[in-house]
Amino acid sequence: MKTLIIILMSSILVNNYTLSKFLGICPFLGVSKKTDQATGMGIAVTAVMVVATAVTWPIQTYVLDTLGIGFLQTIVFILVIATLVQFVEIVLKKYIPTLHKSLGVYLPLITTNCAVLGVTINNISDGYNFIESIFSALGCGLGFLLAMVLFAGVRSVLEGNNKIPKRLQGLPITLIAASIVSLSFMGFGGIIENLFG
Amino acid sequence: MKSNKMKILTNGILKENPVLVLVLGTCPTLAVTTGIVSAISMGLATLAVLVCSNMAIAALRNIISDKIRIPAYIVLIAGFVTAVQMLLQAYLPDIYDMLGVYLALIVVNCIILGRAEMFANKNSVTDSALDGIGMGIGFTLTLFVMAFIREVFGNASFAGIAIPFLEPFKLPILTSAPGGFFVFGILIALVGIITNGEYPKKKSFGCEGCPSAASCSKAKSGIPCDGAKTEESEVEAV
Repeated sequence: MKTLIIILMSSILVNNYTLSKFLGICPFLGVSKKTDQATGMGIAVTAVMVVATAVTWPIQTYVLDTLGIGFLQTIVFILVIATLVQFVEIVLKKYIPTLHKSLGVYLPLITTNCAVLGVTINNISDGYNFIESIFSALGCGLGFLLAMVLFAGVRSVLEGNNKIPKRLQGLPITLIAASIVSLSFMGFGGIIENLFG
Repeated sequence: MKSNKMKILTNGILKENPVLVLVLGTCPTLAVTTGIVSAISMGLATLAVLVCSNMAIAALRNIISDKIRIPAYIVLIAGFVTAVQMLLQAYLPDIYDMLGVYLALIVVNCIILGRAEMFANKNSVTDSALDGIGMGIGFTLTLFVMAFIREVFGNASFAGIAIPFLEPFKLPILTSAPGGFFVFGILIALVGIITNGEYPKKKSFGCEGCPSAASCSKAKSGIPCDGAKTEESEVEAV
């Protein structure tokens, strides 16, 4: 139990995928203009990460490793994620149309989100078992959600602010703001060791 | 004709620089530029995949049906990435370990899918190869510049060799995550000053340049993308 909490907390705060491992920067910069969009994207990514891990972990352990074709990992994983995203979209559209309406737009964007592929590959290379992998995926997704929502808040102040020098407006100031948000997350370093160590 | 070919090649280096102007492939740009060696290796690995995938996609552009082109491209790209991974693992294991998961993540590097969509599926094999080389060099150079700033000023070393006289002035923050975002932001602003703001804005080159264009349903209809507005209209489209 303690290991699971450590995995969860460290992937949310210390090893935050977006702010310290630089995975999923495209949606982080692209869909963080409004808080509600950022929340929707974050929830959709979290869901896909958990489902993708639940599917890719058994595939790696029972199919690829058993047959000795581990080198196909990249191809198989990206195809699984792409199929899964399509599948989740179809299911949501059919059975929960209201949820599909609010989250559906973010789903196609997730296929090319490197954080999803990154978390499935990292779970395998870190040697986590099934339950640990699920927790790690959940933590990474929640970490992404947290980063997105916090950053959307920061951005709403930056947008349309005339005091920013002309050449820094737009993307440059957004990246500098991201740098400061990331700096604040550095403060979590060591918290896990001190709480649970 | 010849100058046209030259133009395709040099486009990627500054005018349409994939990272600083088109803002594609930001994840590896930030992640591997803590050291010059890893940045150049990443750049060259991406260059190899980009040239191969651009050529393959250009050669198959009349065979692949429009509806399933994205999955087909992804499989092609993933195949080339796996080949590069295996070659590096066999011949340059140190670099393979250094790049780690980011090597596999070349598959989802927006530059490669972006160039397939923007260029390779409408141009000849030779032109696509040149475009791949130009974009790859532009990407490698940008990674080098980022890594140079971050390693020399953050770690007081050049490609792992220590520079003693910079030692007292080094800023370790540059090699950590916040430093990466900061250097990237400043570089984009600098390119804006050099090109005097005449570089293409996201809107002006439409959805094709958007990192998510490949999977965005709106992109195919050619309606320019501008944030929230598109997402609302996309709900209707889906």
